[in-house]
Amino acid sequence: MRTYAYFPGCSLKATATPYETSLLDVAGALDVEFRELDDWNCCGATAYFSIRETLSHAISARNLAIAEKGGLDLVAPCSACYLGLSKTNHYLQEFPELKRRVDGALAAGGLAYGGSVRVRHALEVFVQDVGIDAIEDRVRKPLDDLKVAGYAGCQMVRPYGFDDAEVPVVLDRLTAALGGTPVDFPLASRCCGGAQVMTNQPVALAMCRELLACAEGRKADVIVTTCPLCHMNLDLFQGKVNAAFGTSFHIPVVFFTQLMALAFGLQRTGIDKNIVPASPTLAGLMAG
Amino acid sequence: MPRIGVFVCHCGSNIGSVVHVPEVVQFASGLPGVVHAAEHKYMCSDPGQEMIRQAIREHGLERVVVASCSPLMHEATFRKTCEEAGLNGFLFQMANIREQVSWVTEDKARATKKAMAVVQAAVHRVVGHVPLQVGTVPVTPATLVIGGGVAGIEAALQVASSGTRVHLVEREPSIGGHMARFDKTFPTLDCAACILTPKMVQANTHPMITVHAWSEVVEVSGFVGSFKVRIHHKATYVDHQKCTGCGACLQKCPQRKIPSEFDYGMMNRRAIYIPFAQAVPNKPIIDREHCQWFQAGKCRICEKVCEAKAIDYDQDPAGWTEEVEVGNIIVASGMKVMQPTDMKHLGYGRLPDVYTGIEFERLCHASGPTEGHIVCKTGGVVKAGGRPPKAIALVHCIGSRDQQHHAYCSRVCCMYALKYAHLVKEHVPGCEVYDFYIDMRCFGKGYEEFYNRLLREDVRFVRGKVAEVTDAALYPGEDGRMVVRVEDTLVGAVRRIPVDMVVLCSALEPAEGAKALAQTLHMGCSSDGFYLERHPKLAPVSTASAGIFVAGCCQGPKDIPDSVAQGAAAAAQALAMIMKGQVEVEPTTAHVIDDLCSGCQICIPLCPYEAIHRDEARRKAYVEPALCKGCGTCVGACPSGALQQWGFDDTQILAELEGILAAR
Repeated sequence: MRTYAYFPGCSLKATATPYETSLLDVAGALDVEFRELDDWNCCGATAYFSIRETLSHAISARNLAIAEKGGLDLVAPCSACYLGLSKTNHYLQEFPELKRRVDGALAAGGLAYGGSVRVRHALEVFVQDVGIDAIEDRVRKPLDDLKVAGYAGCQMVRPYGFDDAEVPVVLDRLTAALGGTPVDFPLASRCCGGAQVMTNQPVALAMCRELLACAEGRKADVIVTTCPLCHMNLDLFQGKVNAAFGTSFHIPVVFFTQLMALAFGLQRTGIDKNIVPASPTLAGLMAG
Repeated sequence: MPRIGVFVCHCGSNIGSVVHVPEVVQFASGLPGVVHAAEHKYMCSDPGQEMIRQAIREHGLERVVVASCSPLMHEATFRKTCEEAGLNGFLFQMANIREQVSWVTEDKARATKKAMAVVQAAVHRVVGHVPLQVGTVPVTPATLVIGGGVAGIEAALQVASSGTRVHLVEREPSIGGHMARFDKTFPTLDCAACILTPKMVQANTHPMITVHAWSEVVEVSGFVGSFKVRIHHKATYVDHQKCTGCGACLQKCPQRKIPSEFDYGMMNRRAIYIPFAQAVPNKPIIDREHCQWFQAGKCRICEKVCEAKAIDYDQDPAGWTEEVEVGNIIVASGMKVMQPTDMKHLGYGRLPDVYTGIEFERLCHASGPTEGHIVCKTGGVVKAGGRPPKAIALVHCIGSRDQQHHAYCSRVCCMYALKYAHLVKEHVPGCEVYDFYIDMRCFGKGYEEFYNRLLREDVRFVRGKVAEVTDAALYPGEDGRMVVRVEDTLVGAVRRIPVDMVVLCSALEPAEGAKALAQTLHMGCSSDGFYLERHPKLAPVSTASAGIFVAGCCQGPKDIPDSVAQGAAAAAQALAMIMKGQVEVEPTTAHVIDDLCSGCQICIPLCPYEAIHRDEARRKAYVEPALCKGCGTCVGACPSGALQQWGFDDTQILAELEGILAAR
C-alpha cells in the first residue's frame, strides 16, 4: 500500500466530480491510498498569483504547512493546483523576503512551513511510483482500437513538470499500457485558454478550436486530459467552439483516470457525465 | 631615495574630463623622492614620449611613473621610452588611472582623489624596483598548425611559402574543414570548392608542409621557441605510402550502409572510405567498427582488390605517435554547428524536412544526397527525385542571441540565409522563400549590397523570432505541410505560414574537444568557450601563451574572409619570430631563494606551465625561466617565502599597498 496526502482542489468537488471518483477508484485498484488533506483551502488558482502575491502564496503555503505535519507527498490531480502548490514551494525557497511575509501569515494561523513537502501530480504518482508495468498488469478490458490524443496541457509540464515541456510523452505511455493507440498530437502541451474562457472568451475558444482541429485531424476517438480546466474548456465549450467557428467537432474528452477505470473494468468511470457523448469506439468499449 | 619622475596623461578627454590632472600633478610633486612631475594631453604620442626622455636626461631621473591607461595597453611603449633615454625599462611603473579610475568613477572629486592614491602607490612601489634584463631564447624554424580548415590551410601555406617547415595536423581523415562541405560562398556566390580544393592540394604537395591527417596533438611541452609536440596518428589500416588512391577498394567493400559523417548521415559510405571525392589526402581509411573483417573475421575483399598491397589489417589499433619540434604554434581548430535537438518546438529531428543550415548546404551541393536538387524527403529519406518544396522557411538566430543558449551572434547566419534564399529562388522556380530574422546583420564588404539584391528577388522577409514549427494543421492549405508560427513585428500580428521545408540557422559553437586542447596548450577560453586572444585590437591573433597564436572560428564565430585573414595574420606573427631567430622572454619570472627553500615541492604541481622541478642534487626547487610565465601562483603558495618574482617581490608589493592606503 502506497500512501499519499491528497489535495482534491475545488474542481474535483464540483465541476470535475467524475475525475475524483475515477481517481479514487483507480487508486484503490492499484493499492494506493489518498488521504484527503484535513481542512484544505483553495490553491489560489492561477490568476491570483499575479494579483496579490503574498496572499496567494500564503493560502497555498497553508495547504503545504498542513501537509508537512503528515510527512507524506502531497498529490494534486488538478494541474492548476499542482502548478500553484509547486510554485509556492519553489518561490519560498528562492525569495527569502516573500518567505518572511508568508511565514508571518502562517504564524498568525498557528502554522509553520519548513519547505519539505514534495508536490506530485496524480499522473506522476501512477506512472512513476506505481509504474507502467503494474498498471498494464491491472488492465482487464484493453482499450483495443481506441485512438487517444494525449493532451497534457501546459500547467502540468511547465515550468515545474515531470514530463517534457514541449513533447510530453507520459500520457502516450499510459495509453499504450492500457491497450489503446496514442495518436501523434503535436499540440500536447499547448494552452487550452485556461480561465480566459470566462474573461476573454473569443481568445479561449480560438485556442480550443486549434486543439480540437488537431485531434480531429489525427483521427482521435478521444482526447485524454490531466486537468479539470482543460477538460471543461474542451468538453463543456465544444459546442460554443462549433457555434463560433462553424465547425462540427464531436470529440469526447475524458480524464486519464476515466480511461484507466475503463481499462481496469471498474464500475464507475463517469464517462457518461461528459457533455460530449462517447464516440462509437469509446461507447463500444464502455458497453463491452 | 632614487630620483623619481611622474608623468600624468589626460588621454584626450578619457582621463582629463573626469580626473583633475593638474591637481594630481601637484600632489605627485610633493611625494617623497619625486623631483619632477608633468602632464601631457597624449603621453603615448611622440611629443609625450619625448617629454619623458628629456626629463630623464635633464633631471637625472632614476625611476619613472606614468599615470595613464592599463599596462596591457602601453607598458611596453613606456618601457621602451625609458630605455631610449638610457634608463632600464623595469625602473618604470605604470599607474592605471583610466580603466581603474576615470572610466569607472563618475564623481570628479572622488576620481581625482582615487587617481592620487593610485599614483602614490606607484611612486612607493617604483622605489624598490631593480633593473632587469630581457632574455632571449632561440626559435626552432618550424611551425605547428592545429586544424586543417580554411584558416589552418591559409596559415600553413603562408608560413611554408617562406621556406619554413610546417606540420599541419587535422583530426579528420581529410583537411578542408567545414568549408569543404559548402556549395557556394556569400556574397559573391563563387564556388567554394573552386577556392578551397586547390589550396588543399597545394598544402598537401608543398615540400615544406607535412600534412598529418587523421591525427591529433596529444601533448605539448617546452616553451616559446622550442615546443616539443607529440602527434598521435590514428590507425588507418591502409599504408598510405603504398596506396595509389585508385579507389578499387571503395567500390568493392560490401559494407555500404554506414551513415557518412561528412554528409551528417544523409548519405552512406563504406567501411573503407575517403570522406568525400576531393578529400586530401585522397587515400582511404578503414573504419574498424564497421569492417566485416575486424568485426566478424571474414571478408578481406579490399585486400584482394588492392593491387598496390596497401591494405594492412595488422596496424596497431592504438595508432602511433611521433614527436616534432617547432618554434611556435598556430591553433586553427575551428568550430562545430549546434544541433538544435533540444529546441523541440522547432521540430528538428521530429518533422522530416527540418534541416540545420549546414545540412541544407549539402542539399544544395552537387555531390550531396540530392545531387544538388532542393527537394523534400521521399518516404523519410533524403534523395534525388523528391518533390520540390512550394515554400521554404529560413530561420535565423537558432541558439544565437538567445539567453537560453548562446548570448553571442554567430555572425555568418544572416549572410548564409541570404545565400540560401538566392539558391532556392535559382534552383526551385516558383518556390516562396520566407526569411525569419531578428535583425539583418550584413556588415561585411559587399554584404549589404547582397541583401539589397535579395530584396529585389522576391524573398519574403519576416522580422520576428519563430515561436514554433508545427505539423498541426488548422486552416486549408496547411494539411500535410509544416506551419511556422511567428510574431511578425513589422506587421504587429501573429502569423501562420505554411511551408514544406525549414532551415534552422543554428549557432556556431566551440569545436568538440576545444577545452581539452586549451588545457594541452595552456590557453585561456572566454566564457562562451572560444579561445581568448591576448587583446582584441592590439594582439588579435596572439594568446596569453607566448608563441601560440589563434586563427579562425576557434577564437569566435567568423566567416571565410575573416578566417583566412586571421590565418594569414597568425602566419605573419609566427614568421616574424622565426625570421628573427630568437624571441625575448619577460624577465618577471619567479625564482627560488635557495637559503629559504626547504624542498617541500608544494610549488611543483601548482605550476600551470610545468616550469618548476626539483634540483635533486641540491634538494631545492628550480624555476626554468624560459617556461615561467610569471603568473605568481607558486610565489603565493610557498610556505617559507622562498619563491619570489622579479618585479613583484614582497617589498615592492607591500610598498604599493602602503602607498594606496596612505592616501585615504
